Amino acid sequence: MSYRLQGATGEWEVVIGMEVHSQVVSNAKLFSGAATAFGAAPNSQVSLVDAAMPGMLPVINAHCVEQAVRTGLGLRAEINKVSVFDRKNYFYPDLPQGYQISQFTQPIVGKGVVTLDFPDRESVDVGITRLHLEQDAGKSLHDQDPTRSLIDLNRSGVALMEIVSEPDMRSPEEAGAFLRKLRAILRYLGTCDGNMEEGSMRADINVSVRKPGGDLGTRCEIKNVNSIRFLQQAIVYEAGRQIEIIEGGDEVRQETRLFDPNKGETRSMRSKEEAHDYRYFPDPDLMPLVLDDDFIERIRADLPELPDEKKARFVADLGLGAEDAGVLVAEREIADYFEAVAAGRDARTAANWVIGNLFGALNKSGKTILQCPVAPAQLGALIDLITDGTLSNRLAKEVFEVMFETGRDAEAVIDEKGLRQVSDSGAIEGLVDGILAANPDKVAEYRGGKDKLFGFFVGQVMKATQGKANPQIVNEILKKKLSE
Amino acid sequence: MAALTDLGIAGALDGLAKGDFSARELTEASLGALERARPLNIAITELPEQALAVADAADARRKAGEAGAMDGVPIVMKDLFCTEGVLTTAASHILDGFHPTYSATVATKLAEAGAITIAKANLDEFAMGSSNETSHYGPVANPWTRTGGDARLVPGGSSGGSAASVAARVVAGATGTDTGGSIRQPAAFTGIVGMKPTYGRCSRWGIVAFASSLDQAGPMTRSVRDAAIMLGAMAGFDPKDSTSVDRPVPDFAAAMSGDVRGLRVGVPTEYRVEGMPADIEALWQQGIDWLKTAGAEIVEVSLPHTKYALPVYYIVAPAEASSNLARYDGVRYGLRVPGADLTEMYENTRAAGFGHEVQRRIMIGTYVLSAGYYDAYYLQAQKVRTRIAEDFRKAYEQVDVLLTPTTPSAAFAFGEKGDDPIAMYLNDVLTVPASLAGLPAISLPAGLGAEGTPLGLQLIGRPFDEETVFRAAGVLEEAAGFDHRPDAWWEEA
Amino acid sequence: MSLDKATVARIARLARIRVEDEQLEPLRRELNNILGWVEQLGEVDTAGVEPMTSVTPMTLRTRVDAVTDGGYPEKVVANAPDGVEHFFAVPKVIE
Repeated sequence: MSYRLQGATGEWEVVIGMEVHSQVVSNAKLFSGAATAFGAAPNSQVSLVDAAMPGMLPVINAHCVEQAVRTGLGLRAEINKVSVFDRKNYFYPDLPQGYQISQFTQPIVGKGVVTLDFPDRESVDVGITRLHLEQDAGKSLHDQDPTRSLIDLNRSGVALMEIVSEPDMRSPEEAGAFLRKLRAILRYLGTCDGNMEEGSMRADINVSVRKPGGDLGTRCEIKNVNSIRFLQQAIVYEAGRQIEIIEGGDEVRQETRLFDPNKGETRSMRSKEEAHDYRYFPDPDLMPLVLDDDFIERIRADLPELPDEKKARFVADLGLGAEDAGVLVAEREIADYFEAVAAGRDARTAANWVIGNLFGALNKSGKTILQCPVAPAQLGALIDLITDGTLSNRLAKEVFEVMFETGRDAEAVIDEKGLRQVSDSGAIEGLVDGILAANPDKVAEYRGGKDKLFGFFVGQVMKATQGKANPQIVNEILKKKLSE
Repeated sequence: MAALTDLGIAGALDGLAKGDFSARELTEASLGALERARPLNIAITELPEQALAVADAADARRKAGEAGAMDGVPIVMKDLFCTEGVLTTAASHILDGFHPTYSATVATKLAEAGAITIAKANLDEFAMGSSNETSHYGPVANPWTRTGGDARLVPGGSSGGSAASVAARVVAGATGTDTGGSIRQPAAFTGIVGMKPTYGRCSRWGIVAFASSLDQAGPMTRSVRDAAIMLGAMAGFDPKDSTSVDRPVPDFAAAMSGDVRGLRVGVPTEYRVEGMPADIEALWQQGIDWLKTAGAEIVEVSLPHTKYALPVYYIVAPAEASSNLARYDGVRYGLRVPGADLTEMYENTRAAGFGHEVQRRIMIGTYVLSAGYYDAYYLQAQKVRTRIAEDFRKAYEQVDVLLTPTTPSAAFAFGEKGDDPIAMYLNDVLTVPASLAGLPAISLPAGLGAEGTPLGLQLIGRPFDEETVFRAAGVLEEAAGFDHRPDAWWEEA
Repeated sequence: MSLDKATVARIARLARIRVEDEQLEPLRRELNNILGWVEQLGEVDTAGVEPMTSVTPMTLRTRVDAVTDGGYPEKVVANAPDGVEHFFAVPKVIE
């Protein structure tokens, strides 16, 4: 059951911890009033503070503090009522101050937990060591000029939450599940948009290997992995590399590595080779951050329902199976979509439609739930048409496909394609009469006891109505007529 | 009528209000004195055209009945305050050509009050020094000389240009900054008044940072009243500085009631430092007697951790400086010295851009923060600093204000302290403790020492109780009646 | 604690200040002199004493989350020794 890597000397276990940098959703930066929007012109979202002009001073953004506390509560973590901002000193051109304002010894959030659910096995609790607030650095562009690197400070000073996990993951699958779950929680909370392509969420992965149950091995840190697929590739590659080193009689060197998505490999980072000595000390430009109980409780009272609670409610109150509920809560937008569809309807039918037909269509078209052409109300109306007998399940699927392509309402599609189910008893009676009259021998055989022929008559009616006859009414009328 | 440049701030405001002279005339007089005082090397940048234009605007305001609290008064701005569009150097090579696109809050407040900046004053590089010898733009000379001697004396530091400009009667007021004594020590060495307010009283926004937890701006003037007026224009809450304190600025001048009856004045035993010259001891005693005569109660108090203040300071200040000065990297402003790669560019730029004393302090600061040494040096220093602040807190349970000498010696001659940095650092022994505790402290000239040069007395108050400090200082000033002035040797030079 | 030359070189490197080899020894002596002097702080009993975090007993004041600054790239790069359009430029960095 456990994930094991096969080496020349036997099985190995991989041990994974993560540091996830999540950009805080805020209008302005952590310590300045410059904007945080993605993709602006170079140095256009930079204040004098962000550019570290002489004499510039930081003033903290209240909303970023609130977002960190909200996230901490969402991670079921301790909130530290007193936290301290420290300077992490190092030289790099995209770090204008020559230090990053971060939190070292006294972070704003302490220990918490994230629960990972799996369809086929027990859930896993991954410990959260801490969450702290810090400034992002600017961006260095190394490929725009033959001899120079260009520096854009638009990101410089944007608020990040660094969320540090315990080394509690044991497989690429668990690591992926952790990042996915964390992302879901942050998005539910509205504290980070989780957009990995734009870099609003980046993971540093700590990977080591050991003989199952043995002592922890030396770890390597893989920097700035920005997709779940790369995360898993990087872990597999890095674990394999370390096993090879150890089995070759060497020792793994603790270092910072970079994942190259093109080659699917990790490599040592030149710029990080120098021994670190960050000379942390409390930033004398900032006082300790003190939070009072009212502030924390006000945020707690405002917390949205989070995935774990939502899942429990879907199971207990809506009668969904755990697996379906888990799928539906994985993303806030999906859960919201589902709940809008299920409102006032049979939840299991709604769940089946969302997980079955809707997900299928989304997958096939490569769209996300937010790009879904069928609004929840439209899907709900379609389900209602099944319930009231206007559509059969089979017809409904056909209608849904058209709705997904065109974005039109079910009624409109039905009218246009003439897909409305024929439930008019008079019309069906007429058809049945005609069919019975045209097949006197079969009628006689049926009446003589050959019950199986009933299906033949149903088929004939359906054929005549191109499948639109309401099967229930067809059955009733046929039974009545044949027993006359 | 006395020369316009002999007027203090209060006197100048009075004359301007009466229409005895215009702001333009006053400014022209100051600019003339500035030019004649060039041998003192006061200014890094002189601003004659700008100053005259501002003076004309001041005259227009006064005519319109809209004069501010310092309207039409020429001042000198320490070149540590960023001033929009005007070269700002911190007396360092590394800020070559730096023209800020912004002005320090204190500079803006003074401009809004109508003060006219005629020059950016020389200082020790990045305010690191006690003699003004570390400036990239050369040392400032003290207007004072010893009786019968012509050796050039240091003006003290780091606000040496500011102090000399006021002592030489170029202007009636100058801005200074004080990290461990950089306002008070040069004030004492040049026979003027220097006030370091409570930490948090003046905004630090736009002042080139040396040691963030200690830096405070303050006025340097020739009278206590002038200091009170000028501090009123400089002080006030600034939402852009997280360490700025949100409380109203009192009318400091109004606090100078001239009455210290019943005031409890503490005399700290531990400030009788080893080897203190007799003239300073005598002046201190004289100050005690003056206050006693005026009705104050004198109380001997103990500040037991005083001797550790300097070592604490020389850990904390360099540590903060090593980090504050990391931004001078040749990337966004100032000097860049090319190198084969990025690291070489950094190393070349910072080796060429920083002077020796600044480099030394950056390295000390880097070391005391580095892995393995942080606890023994930096953390221990910050704990002892807590102890020092507690000493003051306990003393203020018994007294309202403390009286001490400002410096352990009078102004010394260039090169006299030799190469020993510690000998130089010891100059700050009496000013550093109040800095570490963030307390308001003033130095005022109380007499001439054995060498015929000025000596200062220091009054240290409770946090945000500048009013008591000004009140006691006003009484001391009155009693001392210091009216000596240096021979204007520079005018003949 | 006494500094050796290698430590002085390491400190200089951390501080990004070029120090020529022949300057290391005089610098080592200077720094040792100062460090030897400040080490007297070790005598002070600081058991149970909190390190100073702010001289005025204050907590952190906050700012509202509004965009009030930026939008002036020309000011940001106005003093830059080297740049391309509104970028700063430095010798090429290899990661």
